[in-house]
Amino acid sequence: MSTVAETSITLTPEHDARPGASVRSRLQDALPKLVLAPSFAASVVFVYGFILWTIYLSFTNSKTFPSYAITGPRAYQRLWRWTFESDPPSSWYTSITNMGIFGFLYISICLALGLFLAILLDQKIRGEGMLRPIYLYPMALSFIVTGVAWKWFLDPGLGLEQTLHQWGWTSFHFDWIKNKDFVIYTVVIAGVWQASGFIMAMFLAGLRGIDGEIMKAAQIDGATTFQLYRRIVIPLLRPIFLSALIVLAHLAIKSYDLVVALTSGGPGGSAWLPSNFMYEYTFKRNEMAVGSASAVIMLMTITAIIVPYLYSELREKPR
Amino acid sequence: MLRKLLIGTALASGVAFAAHAEDVKEVQMLHWWTSGGEAAALNVLKQDLAKEGFAWKDVPVAGGGGDAAMTALKAMVAAGNYPTASQMLGYTVLDYAAAGVMGDLTETAIKEGWDKSVPAALQKFSVYDGKWVAAPVNVHSVNWLWINKAVMDKIGGTEPKTFDDFIALLDKAKAAGVIPLALGGQNWQEATMFDSVVLSTGGPEFYKKAFNDLDEESLKSDTMKKSFDNLAKLVTYVDPNFSGRDWNLATAMVIKGDALVQVMGDWAKGEFNAAKKVPGTDFLCYRFPGTDGSVVYNSDMFGMFNVPEDRKAAQIALATATLSKSFQSAFNVVKGSVPARTDVPDTDFDACGKKGMADLKAANEGGTLFGSLAQGYGAPPAVANAYKDVVSKFVHGQIKTSDEAVTQLVSAIEDAK
Repeated sequence: MSTVAETSITLTPEHDARPGASVRSRLQDALPKLVLAPSFAASVVFVYGFILWTIYLSFTNSKTFPSYAITGPRAYQRLWRWTFESDPPSSWYTSITNMGIFGFLYISICLALGLFLAILLDQKIRGEGMLRPIYLYPMALSFIVTGVAWKWFLDPGLGLEQTLHQWGWTSFHFDWIKNKDFVIYTVVIAGVWQASGFIMAMFLAGLRGIDGEIMKAAQIDGATTFQLYRRIVIPLLRPIFLSALIVLAHLAIKSYDLVVALTSGGPGGSAWLPSNFMYEYTFKRNEMAVGSASAVIMLMTITAIIVPYLYSELREKPR
Repeated sequence: MLRKLLIGTALASGVAFAAHAEDVKEVQMLHWWTSGGEAAALNVLKQDLAKEGFAWKDVPVAGGGGDAAMTALKAMVAAGNYPTASQMLGYTVLDYAAAGVMGDLTETAIKEGWDKSVPAALQKFSVYDGKWVAAPVNVHSVNWLWINKAVMDKIGGTEPKTFDDFIALLDKAKAAGVIPLALGGQNWQEATMFDSVVLSTGGPEFYKKAFNDLDEESLKSDTMKKSFDNLAKLVTYVDPNFSGRDWNLATAMVIKGDALVQVMGDWAKGEFNAAKKVPGTDFLCYRFPGTDGSVVYNSDMFGMFNVPEDRKAAQIALATATLSKSFQSAFNVVKGSVPARTDVPDTDFDACGKKGMADLKAANEGGTLFGSLAQGYGAPPAVANAYKDVVSKFVHGQIKTSDEAVTQLVSAIEDAK
């Protein structure tokens, strides 16, 4: 910090003549750092500090309140044992398998649907200005609203099934939200509905940023439309994929409230995600050590996925 | 810049301190009784305190429910900023008392004669280490049937006295084309019903051994297997759409006559009252068949925190008003529960309330007043939730047989201890 300030002063000798101005220029140089300092300090304490604290707690025997005596990895041993209890499924087993199903389907469907819609909207169609916000607005709703709306819509006694029965299609049957084996897919449906429009907007911005000359050149070379998108457009959209993936991944991992609002945990807890597990154990069951351990495992999983990806993506842009 | 910030903080906290020093005539209360009837019932307490010159201040809770309130309380206590009192349930009181943050009301308790009038089973949660730390507000009991009388008359049913009678009654309803049993498929509702099933199947002694003492032999006994089989029988009488339904919607099904009966705690009566239904003419309240004479209870308590000296007077006033006979009667008439002391006159209560009060008194004297495991009065939360998991997984088919359910129950409870 000080070296930067000093070099700037030595490089501009006229400041030396007026000491008042020198203080001001020092201040100006330091201003960005000063302004950033509080938020930097806040994230060091409230993100990284609490990560360390959670790791510490996971090795204690904390119940209702934190206790600070290290008692070993009992919480991890329990989680490890629960990882393989599939029949009947332990709550932890349900949570992590659900996370796998939900995370994979949610991210891939959102990406595919978002890209598809963006490509369609990019065909210079009429009324684009009206269509775009229609797809985008679900993102403005909170997960709770999305969850409650879809809960009513999917409820066989209230929503879709009931309506179709009244219209005369009485053999129609759709009770996934009440079915322990399918309830997690209803969470995917609601999640995709909410986020795919936003992903579409991101891709659309990316598509608009592609140089028309490249497209023309490809067309002159005889590329079909499919080839054009497959070989040129999609590879050019790679940075958008990265941003979209990061947005979706964190939405997927924190979608606690969607599960609660949509399914209140599902029949027999069959819609739990690890975040539900963590909250349930830490705050409702007073097993803070187990809750902390599950949070640490969630963090490690995310790190294991995101870090190599970020590393490979960012390394390819050398200075 | 930083200095300015510091000065600002110091000033702000100075103001806060000053405010605290002046506000001794104030009760800071953390609770989640915000909806219609409950809020009205609590208003009685506010007015009682206002007469004595104490102002009432709700501690705001984002989110509203009991879970959010407990999370807020945990944060307040961790920060050393205790409310005067907080609505609390069962083992939470004992957890906080063990952490040494609860106050001591013993003097008031002796003066007011609480130890004689409050049932001994309740004192297990309001007295810690010989000291009164909480004021019980009410006693709910969970082993009730709530029946729509019109439907009952239509199918020609009579009060079921045994579990087999109950099944026969449900069959009649089924034959008449009504949904026999209104159930909300959430784990606590299923487990609340199972509390009654176990008490009915195994009797009071068995219930106490299994669900209060957590005796392993009882938990894995054939009687427990039979209880699970009985639960499975009951579940065949619910409608296919029951999963995830809220308890009050299930009650509404009975109120509207879509369903015959709900097995639920006496807070369900609040819903009947709100719908202007009269016990005896519109709906019937019976004890769960085979559990007459026993009461499986839970209770709302006001936990009293160890507040500074200058706030103690307000706290004692709150506790005294809470357990006063007039408030106990006025509050519980509205809430649907029964008073937490057995010497309150039952004149203002309806038929179900009168029966509830008589049952509580008899159960207290006969030693058949048991904490509900589903409601967190039988065992600490870790165990209670492990129990709810097993019951719910059994109801929804993740656990397929009663043999497996019993094995799971034993290992889950062992794990959570």
